[in-house]
Amino acid sequence: MSEKVAVYRRENFNAAHRLHNPAWDEATNDRVFGKCNNPNYHGHNYELIVKLIGEPDPATGYVYDLKLLSDLVKENIIDRFDHKNLNEDTVEFKNLNPTAENIVVVIYKILRAKIDSKYDLKLRLYETERNFVEYPAN
Amino acid sequence: MVYITRTEHFNAAHKLYNPKWTREKNEEVFGRCANENWHGHNFELHVTIKGDPDPDTGFVYDVKKLSVIINEYVIEKLDHKNLNLDVDFMAGKMCSIENLVIAIWNQLVPHLPEGVKLHCLKLRETPKIYTEYYGD
Repeated sequence: MSEKVAVYRRENFNAAHRLHNPAWDEATNDRVFGKCNNPNYHGHNYELIVKLIGEPDPATGYVYDLKLLSDLVKENIIDRFDHKNLNEDTVEFKNLNPTAENIVVVIYKILRAKIDSKYDLKLRLYETERNFVEYPAN
Repeated sequence: MVYITRTEHFNAAHKLYNPKWTREKNEEVFGRCANENWHGHNFELHVTIKGDPDPDTGFVYDVKKLSVIINEYVIEKLDHKNLNLDVDFMAGKMCSIENLVIAIWNQLVPHLPEGVKLHCLKLRETPKIYTEYYGD
């Protein structure tokens, strides 16, 4: 019988961005991305939920020390993106449109490299209360 | 007297930066909020009006109509905008939520129908930070 348990940590970052494809003309960008294409940017309170699945350690009872997970997310994700302009201030989105979909995949790759592969990792990223994404999708 | 509130949302970029100060002083006072290339928030605006319910409708005022007014004169000017650069009624002002809530009040009041009394604006910038303004 599986003794696997999911543990979650929620963190927040506030950032500016715009959705824009430099390969397209302005009319196409406006048509596809609408007000999200504003050249002066807009912004969001992003909420990131990190889910780890694993077996509780017999010695601690923890799947993963959530304080350590918080430190890891802050150091690698929040410090990188909080109070930043995703398009202008981050190397990750210099040539990648900072949609919620692309942001969650970028965050996943960063965290996956830092977390032991014995844990399953899943992320949910809220861009607004009503728009959110998950990765991996299943 | 009954108070009724309509909630609306807008997503915007801004920075806290006083152009009269050096970059060092701005960073000292405003920290990461002074980031040159902006940052942003999902703002939530609560508009509370007050009055006695109309005997025929039971309404203090039709909140759907209130929503249309808020959207036309406030949300459309703020949503998916840069508060420092794109918003006429914030021009020349520091883009703190304190100043923004006052500016929204001044923007809204002239467009409310006679008899509709604005009681309070509550403006939330993050889950942990909000302002309230009662017009005085």
